[in-house]
Amino acid sequence: MAGVIARRARKQRVFRWTVLTVLGVFFVLPLIAMVEFSTRDSTTWPALVDWPELSERYPALAEGITSSLSQAALTALLMLFLLVPTAVWVRLRLPRLRRVIEFLCLLPLTIPAIVLVVGLAPVYAWVTYFFGGSSLTLVFAYTILVLPYAYRAIDAGLSAIDVRTLAEAARSLGAGWGTVMWRVVLPNIRSAVLSAAFLTVALVLGEFTIASLLNRTNLQVAINFLGKSSATMSVAVSLTALLLAFVLLLLLSLLGGRRRSATAVAPAAPAAPAASVASKEPAA
Amino acid sequence: MAEVVAAVPQRVAKRPRLRGITALLGTVPFFAYVTIFLIIPTLVVVLGAFAGNEGGVSLDSVKALGNSYILDAFGRSIALSAISALVGAVLGALLAYALVTAKPDGVLRRVVTAAAGVLAQFGGVTLAFAFLATIGLSGFVTVWLQDTFSINLYENGVWLFELPGLTLVYTYFQIPLMVIVFLPALDGIRPQWREATESLGGTTWQYWTRVAGPLLAPAFLGSALLLFANSFSAYATAAALVSQGSPLVPLQIRGALTSEVLLGQQNVGKAMALGMVVVVSVVMTLYTLLQKRTSKWLG
Repeated sequence: MAGVIARRARKQRVFRWTVLTVLGVFFVLPLIAMVEFSTRDSTTWPALVDWPELSERYPALAEGITSSLSQAALTALLMLFLLVPTAVWVRLRLPRLRRVIEFLCLLPLTIPAIVLVVGLAPVYAWVTYFFGGSSLTLVFAYTILVLPYAYRAIDAGLSAIDVRTLAEAARSLGAGWGTVMWRVVLPNIRSAVLSAAFLTVALVLGEFTIASLLNRTNLQVAINFLGKSSATMSVAVSLTALLLAFVLLLLLSLLGGRRRSATAVAPAAPAAPAASVASKEPAA
Repeated sequence: MAEVVAAVPQRVAKRPRLRGITALLGTVPFFAYVTIFLIIPTLVVVLGAFAGNEGGVSLDSVKALGNSYILDAFGRSIALSAISALVGAVLGALLAYALVTAKPDGVLRRVVTAAAGVLAQFGGVTLAFAFLATIGLSGFVTVWLQDTFSINLYENGVWLFELPGLTLVYTYFQIPLMVIVFLPALDGIRPQWREATESLGGTTWQYWTRVAGPLLAPAFLGSALLLFANSFSAYATAAALVSQGSPLVPLQIRGALTSEVLLGQQNVGKAMALGMVVVVSVVMTLYTLLQKRTSKWLG
């Protein structure tokens, strides 16, 4: 019996390393190729880290970078202002509405971004009328796009704590609803809020569909545009954007891992960022 | 007792109802926002698909879906999604199994899962450029193969910008997604089941075909469906790679949105969008059903 088990373990080890090597090559090769490709022209990387030079040589790219960063920050803020108070409020006062909220938040998963654009076009005619054609107006659409992921992160965070007891305790000590939200609930779901914000930033930085079809600019639109004139530069920016997303999502998974080990009682605690991103259209 | 119960709520009945209404006020911002930016766009698509060009109800746009160029686009989209989902599912399942046989809390498993989480997100323009740098006409691998082995990747034409190329590129995010969604199911397989098979005289082949295979089938099928929906709704990668023609449905919709629309065809884009929603909804419903079965068997 011991021999059988040892033989199986050896077979499994061989199988494991074969699969890992073959797929590892497939996954690492494009990354290496990006490094090689972007270093063919030695002026590419120095230009990328030199902001004044970059905005002079590639004004569209610089504009794309700044709009993407502001879009990411604003979307994260809007998402939190919209979602956290509503989720807490529904848990405390309207538990029957929870299903409805959950359904609405997860709805964007079944509506591809390209379909959403078709429906958003007339809505954005009004948005342009009221707010102008700035690329920052994309924040409205992006908040809908990130709703499923943000909702799941925040809902998991709220499930891990006893919101009702905390709120009742605070209220009985004379706290107003504002204090309950800001000083009692929010600090308790800090890491859930943080992961929702991280996911939002990662998704917004990778968004292309809506921006390009509503004729607004962001990082991905700029990269795509740049690809037509300067392939090296666009690959270098792609690599940078990818590394940034890498760091963000790795931080997120570390955050999730730490939280899970810290609060072993929370079963629904973020099933890793990975799981909450699972059914997502890849950075569409 | 019944009287008491009935009497007590009567006295306070008014206040809870009033409080219920004020409580509802707290959700107004959320519902207003979602109505404007999610419900209305959805209705625009659904109603627009059935609207006539001069108002009123009409089936013209939906009937236009029967045009051969639209049917072809749907066919190609479905074929691309099915093949990339199948390849992604098989390779992803193999990778997930390789991870399960490793130490549960080992470095290998943690690193690969984290990387899969990131790579499943990796798509769109960035991914298109990554592959252009790899197997584009002057890409790293293309040049290397040409110089070292004088193999020309594109002897029979440039396939990177067509369906075979798109399938390869899509696999890059499908495999990691499969790892993420299939791993929990594989973790649900208990070693006792294998031991039980063996103590009853079963071989490895019998274990996989009679025990583990059937148990994992719903999870595998469900994950494959999720992968299908994932690539079916992907737009950015294809948009960045394909610059000529509109072989896929999302690219056809782009054409309907951006170009001068033919007279009498204003709502065809909406009809195609509705078609996409129908396909994705059917696939996702099946996925949810299979997911329920999976959690019952392997939960």
